[in-house]
Amino acid sequence: MTTQILITGFGGQGILFSGKFLAYKAMMEGSQVSWLPSYGPEMRGGTASCSVIVSDSAVGSPIVTRPDVLIAMNLPSLDRYESAVVPGGIIIADSTLIERGVNRADVRAFRIPATQMAADEGITTLANMIIVGKLIRECDAISYDNLDEALAKVVSARHKEMLDLNRRAIDVGYQYEG
Amino acid sequence: MAEKVLMKGNEAIAEAAILAGCRHYFGYPITPQTEVAAYMAKRMPKIGGTFLQAESELAAINMVIGVASTGKRAMTSSSSPGISLKCEGLSYLAGCDLPALVVNVERGGPGLGGIQPSQSDYFQATRGSGHGDFHMIVLAPASVQEMAALTMKGFDLADKYRMTSMILADGTMGQMMEPVVLEAPEPVVYEKPWALTGTDGKRPHNIVNSLYLVPEDLERTNFARYERYRTVEENEAAAESFMTEDADIVVVAFGIAARVSKNAILAAREKGIRVGLIRPITLWPFPKAVIAGAASHAKRFISVELSMGQMIEDVRLAMDCARPVTLVNRAGGMIPSPDEVLAAIETAQGGLKA
Repeated sequence: MTTQILITGFGGQGILFSGKFLAYKAMMEGSQVSWLPSYGPEMRGGTASCSVIVSDSAVGSPIVTRPDVLIAMNLPSLDRYESAVVPGGIIIADSTLIERGVNRADVRAFRIPATQMAADEGITTLANMIIVGKLIRECDAISYDNLDEALAKVVSARHKEMLDLNRRAIDVGYQYEG
Repeated sequence: MAEKVLMKGNEAIAEAAILAGCRHYFGYPITPQTEVAAYMAKRMPKIGGTFLQAESELAAINMVIGVASTGKRAMTSSSSPGISLKCEGLSYLAGCDLPALVVNVERGGPGLGGIQPSQSDYFQATRGSGHGDFHMIVLAPASVQEMAALTMKGFDLADKYRMTSMILADGTMGQMMEPVVLEAPEPVVYEKPWALTGTDGKRPHNIVNSLYLVPEDLERTNFARYERYRTVEENEAAAESFMTEDADIVVVAFGIAARVSKNAILAAREKGIRVGLIRPITLWPFPKAVIAGAASHAKRFISVELSMGQMIEDVRLAMDCARPVTLVNRAGGMIPSPDEVLAAIETAQGGLKA
């Protein structure tokens, strides 16, 4: 069983960070994982994407071309990658930033106003982790257990206060009905 | 046992070098290998090592020559255009018979090219890394764990044969993160009676030099060096074989191209096509015997490369052109998809039936 996750959005939205968290989480659950960023002239405001592969066997190509799960945190990303998602796959879109719905009828589509929810919760930089919470709820590849241990691997020790905020963001997303 | 951590390939190279005893790193930043230098900048001062950002790639490789002359483990890293600048130094390292480790995290070319992954420095690494007759040991990792393992092995081979070892990776291997366990290797002592360590007035001076104005002398050094290269070719060629035992079709690919090809091979196997993969781990020496062995039963070969077709020449030479070899390639920073490789496998399968 292999799950290919593609996380996409603007630079500065924490695309790479949320991918790193998912990769660590899956690795600590005993899965084989890979994490591959888009790299280059991207910067805050530019496009960013991140391929995460979770598998029970060795990961072949680390490049996600046919995602089982697509996270889209802006419209250009949804426009570009919607058609690539495998039939029966999952699309999670930030509906605060993407007005249109998901056109595909053969996927499980979730629209979650993550950016607005993050603002309401006073954690404006953590819309990415709210979406991660929704992903954990909808995707079997990543479990809800031992979140704090995995967060401790990716949140710098200098910013310990961010552990609880990240955890809260994940829970807010996990509990979102819609 | 050391903890399993997620690490970028570039960081794994840097930490592995430190574990292998390297305390002298000289570099100059260039995408997509800058994390090697960044990691060294952070770690070296804490362990009594030297990190030095040189004023240029040329300066960095010449600093490596200086430290290597003293018998200490030294390294530099760069990406394609920067490696071209280092080529003069690579020739001098060979002429002086000095061990060193050089990392090339390749990007698309020629010229300044781009910053996306490539394998188009294969010729440069295996053939022409500078003027004169010489070779480097060229190692091609295909995972983050192997980035670390081959870095350690590269230092050992360099010391053992008094040669430069090159890690030939690409932007994907450098930038991706995978689980890795890093442990210090068992220390092996390599005697270096040639090293410039000071005589204490007790022995004649050692001289590290690549200038021989008497042609008979210069010829002698060349023949002696190639004697050593023959030993390396006999002992150190390495490849991974995957599902090749019964294969009618053999894909040959290294690094990221091998990872992509594995996906395609598994998909082709599900369709009943008998196809396997040979993944060269050493590009020089090239694993000729493994290719020639596969040619005894495989009817067709496919070379998958992120270049216009460079390794394909070695695949043909390894089996004296006994089987047809087709090329699946992308260039300029593009990567072949598993579907493109699968299509070539299916075409080759069709050719078998015809």
